Amino acid sequence: MSMTTILQHCLTGISLGGAYALIAIGYTLVYGILRLINFAHGDIFMMAGYFMIFSLASFPWPAAILITLVVTTVMGIAIERIAYKPLREAPRMSIMISAIGVSYLLQNLSTYLFTAIPRGYPEIPFLKRIFRVGDLSASFVTVLTPLLTIVLVVILMTLIGRTKTGMAMRAVSKDFETAKLMGININAIVSVTFAIGSFLAAVGSILYFTDRMSVTPFSGTLPGLKCFVAAVFGGIGNIPGAVVGGFFIGIVETLLVALGYSTFSDAFTFLLLIVMLLVKPTGLFGEKSVEKV
Amino acid sequence: MKKKISKPTIYSLGALALFVAFLYWLDANRLTQGMVISVLQKGAILALVATSMNLLNGFTGLFSLGQAGFMSIGAYTTAILIIPVKNLDGVYYMNGVHPAIKALRVVMAQAPPFMQTIFPFVALLLGATIAALVALVVGLAVLRLKSDYLAIATLGLSEIVRSIFSSPQFDQITNGSYGLNKIPNFPPMFFGLIPSLITPFIITGVCVAFIVLLINSSYGRAFKAIREDEIAAEAMGISLYKHKEMSFVISSFFSAIAGGMLAMYMRSIEAKTFSITLTYDILLIVVIGGIGSVTGSVVSAFLVTAAKEWWLRFFDQPLSLFGFEVPLFRTGFRMVIFSILLMIVVLIYRKGLFGTNEFSWTWLTSKKARRKP
Repeated sequence: MSMTTILQHCLTGISLGGAYALIAIGYTLVYGILRLINFAHGDIFMMAGYFMIFSLASFPWPAAILITLVVTTVMGIAIERIAYKPLREAPRMSIMISAIGVSYLLQNLSTYLFTAIPRGYPEIPFLKRIFRVGDLSASFVTVLTPLLTIVLVVILMTLIGRTKTGMAMRAVSKDFETAKLMGININAIVSVTFAIGSFLAAVGSILYFTDRMSVTPFSGTLPGLKCFVAAVFGGIGNIPGAVVGGFFIGIVETLLVALGYSTFSDAFTFLLLIVMLLVKPTGLFGEKSVEKV
Repeated sequence: MKKKISKPTIYSLGALALFVAFLYWLDANRLTQGMVISVLQKGAILALVATSMNLLNGFTGLFSLGQAGFMSIGAYTTAILIIPVKNLDGVYYMNGVHPAIKALRVVMAQAPPFMQTIFPFVALLLGATIAALVALVVGLAVLRLKSDYLAIATLGLSEIVRSIFSSPQFDQITNGSYGLNKIPNFPPMFFGLIPSLITPFIITGVCVAFIVLLINSSYGRAFKAIREDEIAAEAMGISLYKHKEMSFVISSFFSAIAGGMLAMYMRSIEAKTFSITLTYDILLIVVIGGIGSVTGSVVSAFLVTAAKEWWLRFFDQPLSLFGFEVPLFRTGFRMVIFSILLMIVVLIYRKGLFGTNEFSWTWLTSKKARRKP
């Protein structure tokens, strides 16, 4: 493989990794606060893909993007209110089953509404413009994804580190009960968490599907699970960790596909998870070293 | 002391006899009763997986989502060993069959006829044993994890198994993404005394009975102790590691048997059959039946299968009542109804059909018994 090909694949990998990182943050935030693997997160990401298809059919792209982001965020909050809030006091297994149930519902609902046939993802012209640097060529979205990811993460870190809401989020993730006693409105904080997670998933969805051309009701499952692995890899509850994990998994996966092991690229992710959990269960950036949300 | 046969036992034996008679009646009328037969057979297979999942999730408190992976091990092993030799080349038409498998199958085909009749059962057991061995090795590592980490690790494991089965590197064994077909149906038992239609019920019955005996033994009590409180159980001298491993291996063993039966039932399998959705479907059965109730799992396996494949089919067809076209009714609506039902069970009727209780005749006949915790 020539140097150019390797660089080209790295570029694709970084772009994929950026989208993964954005989704992984959603997992990490929710896990930090509710200690719940939000199995439905991947499906929220998939639904965002469909929202974009339909809103772009009748609106210009800036409005369509805005609509997608808002609708996805509202859906994330609604899911939390309906499916997770009633189970706050229940054993952890129940709330996890509820999350699986939501994922099952979203998949079946979208199969029903949009059929299982892959739907073409609309092209947003400015995102698809091709750039050339030497022998490398990349569409604008490939370059935009990692940059946008980093900008969003910086904003998020500031939000969590500097604002009152962020302080409340940190408190809730540290100790649920005590935070409640201190007068923090737990429900509001959980809603904010889900809103942020879903918003980032929607952004990730736009970036991810623009490169992949089509959406099916099941196209959220595997990316969802992989991004959870990314979150665990980086140390769950830790935002920079999730970003590093997302980029790492994105790049390795792209390289494995490039080498012809595409069927093993999924297996690799899960192998990584199992090895990581056994060797260093706290993830790359252990809970103690970096502040957790 | 003379043991008196209690009334519930008589009821149970009576119900069992009725069911067996019904099965023989179905066998006699199998041409007209195709739907009932296929629903009951699939129900029986899912009942076995659901029970084995319940052993792990409900009785030992290990939230594992790896059932589909173990089922696929059983299904592939069984399928490879029982596809008729004359069809082998046709099935592996793209990549050719691995010489070792071909040789083994040719040798097997030359065995005396009575050996031929037991090969399918040997194949099921072999698949289950392989799955159990995989579980044994994997369990060493994975069972150290707690609740949700265990869930995601086992889910990942089943994805790993699936991607191995569908990878081009194993084309000559698993036929890659083309899958295996021309798998023979269930074999008859006892020289045709039990027709092939009834075989899955017998296998499921024996396996579920074993699981029930296990749950009622001292091992089963240890499992429940671990479920209730790991630390307390360990303090009482229960080896956590040994019992978790045991539960995991046994559960995988029976999942693989069910997987092998699923291969015989479906007649053709591919790696996609054993995706995460299959595990979710089984989890749905366990949750609806009640986590921690064997009879709950069995009853709900039959109910869910019948509803899904048969009773609720009409949701998928366009329906017109009195000249009106009823909206919403089209392909996929059935599954939406199902998902909503599941959410209702999860959110409101959290105990499912049976909770952690078992079915009993007294429970059915007296209302007082229902209030007992």
